[in-house]
Amino acid sequence: MEEKIFKGLMIMSLVLVLVMLAGIIVITVYKGAPALTLSMLIETPKGGYYLGKEGGIANAIVGSLLLALGASFCSILIAIPVAFGLQKEYTGWRFASFTKLVLDVLWGIPSIVYGAFGFVVMVFFGLRASLLGGIIVLTLLMLPIMVRSMEEVIRTIPLELKEISYALGTTKLETTISVVLRQALPGIVTAVLLAFGRGIGDAASILFTAGYTDYIPQSIFDPVASLPLAVFFQIGTPIPEVQARAYASALVLLLIVLVVSVVSRLLSYRLSKNIVR
Amino acid sequence: MPHISLKDLSIAYGDHKVLQNVTVDIPDSQITVIIGPSGCGKTTLLKSLNRLLDLNDDVNVTGSVLIDGVNTYDPKADILALRKKMGFLSQRPYPLPMSIYDNIAFGPRVHRVSKEKIIQQINTLEGRSVEIPAGNKSHIDILVESYLRLAGLWEEAKDRLHTPASRLSIGQQQRLALARALAVEPEAILADEPTSALDPLSAQLIEKQFKVLKKNYTIVVVTHILRQARRIADYVIFLYLGELVEHGPAEKIFSNPSDERTKAYISGEIS
Repeated sequence: MEEKIFKGLMIMSLVLVLVMLAGIIVITVYKGAPALTLSMLIETPKGGYYLGKEGGIANAIVGSLLLALGASFCSILIAIPVAFGLQKEYTGWRFASFTKLVLDVLWGIPSIVYGAFGFVVMVFFGLRASLLGGIIVLTLLMLPIMVRSMEEVIRTIPLELKEISYALGTTKLETTISVVLRQALPGIVTAVLLAFGRGIGDAASILFTAGYTDYIPQSIFDPVASLPLAVFFQIGTPIPEVQARAYASALVLLLIVLVVSVVSRLLSYRLSKNIVR
Repeated sequence: MPHISLKDLSIAYGDHKVLQNVTVDIPDSQITVIIGPSGCGKTTLLKSLNRLLDLNDDVNVTGSVLIDGVNTYDPKADILALRKKMGFLSQRPYPLPMSIYDNIAFGPRVHRVSKEKIIQQINTLEGRSVEIPAGNKSHIDILVESYLRLAGLWEEAKDRLHTPASRLSIGQQQRLALARALAVEPEAILADEPTSALDPLSAQLIEKQFKVLKKNYTIVVVTHILRQARRIADYVIFLYLGELVEHGPAEKIFSNPSDERTKAYISGEIS
């Protein structure tokens, strides 16, 4: 009897999760797909776009990709050394736990706070909202996620594997790079994906720092549009055509995240062929 | 003087003493087997020989381990050079996350061994002058083949050298580990219960390989399988609760042990 109750509970929860996911996808597709045209993908907003006239969201698509890819790149460069540095070969237990606690707190901070923080810093340095500003704030937002997930993966690598490498007369660095990094690579890819997903979908942190524009940025000092903000601005209008475009923008965002997930899964699978669990 | 010689070696993890005052010479070119019940310090003793113990927290070592006359616990000792001299096999074989070929080439590549040295190494190993054939075959290819043959894995692996080593069976993985360790030209092989994860046939292959290799290498094997010790040991070290109870040639220990505890362990009264 108990078994059955728990099994029922599990099935119910699973159904709830799947229904939610399906609901999000169905509604986004249902409301967005009709408005999704080729011109929407490749054109920037023309005059009167926000009143339902000609144009597209290429500015936001390109902007979001630039922001998220730029921030992922910066985060990877910082996160990998930090994640390795937190291992016990390099750092004492106390310092490592303290750092992890700090990162967990940072992970939990609402992204609007990052945005406000970034804004204050930019004002201090006399910068205006720009691609660079957006990338920096998104990097801050993504770093704790990346470092913590990578660190967990690296920590689960069996001591025996490291012993074997050390026993061959390798240095710490050689073992870290040639053995541990390779073994951790699939997990590192997953960590990057997780952070990328959070980064590309975040609106609040880049609201003040990246700004919004109808143009594709020509340099990293130009303001840049983004998909989450495109959704936000368009859905707030009373015009039905523009609202439909908001759903179309959301659909594009959804598709980008989906493609990145699938590609990184495949990559992760390819990389894990060499790994013994 | 033997390659490996322990003098008054005591090891503690924190306050917990694991080994006390162990003094023993490990005979060259023989298989020395360390036996004793679980948790009596066998693996600790083995890992003290190549300082893998350093990876554990809070380890205190007093006394000395002399490798070719050099105390490895001397702060000035070159740990990397020392570890190269001591090939290591772990309980569960872990292939490095790369192909079979790269597993063997890993050591020589990491140590940036020159082409001349590698050719010399192969010549010494094969006992003849090996020609590097013209064409696509490199000196590393020959090195990989030589060591896979030495570990008895060549026939099974030759057609899939560039596939992930993780796809080998666990028994094959252990022979790969042996080949990989031998490729850095150690003087000794330290094996920590090397057959405990293996099926009986694979275990037999490893034991057979050890008997072949002992001509050229000093082999130290930790085991808790008494029958295995009887099959392969030339020299036996019996540890009990962190104490070196008795050591000596295998025939003597197995047929006529002097200590009561050894007698009890050999006869199976204690395990």
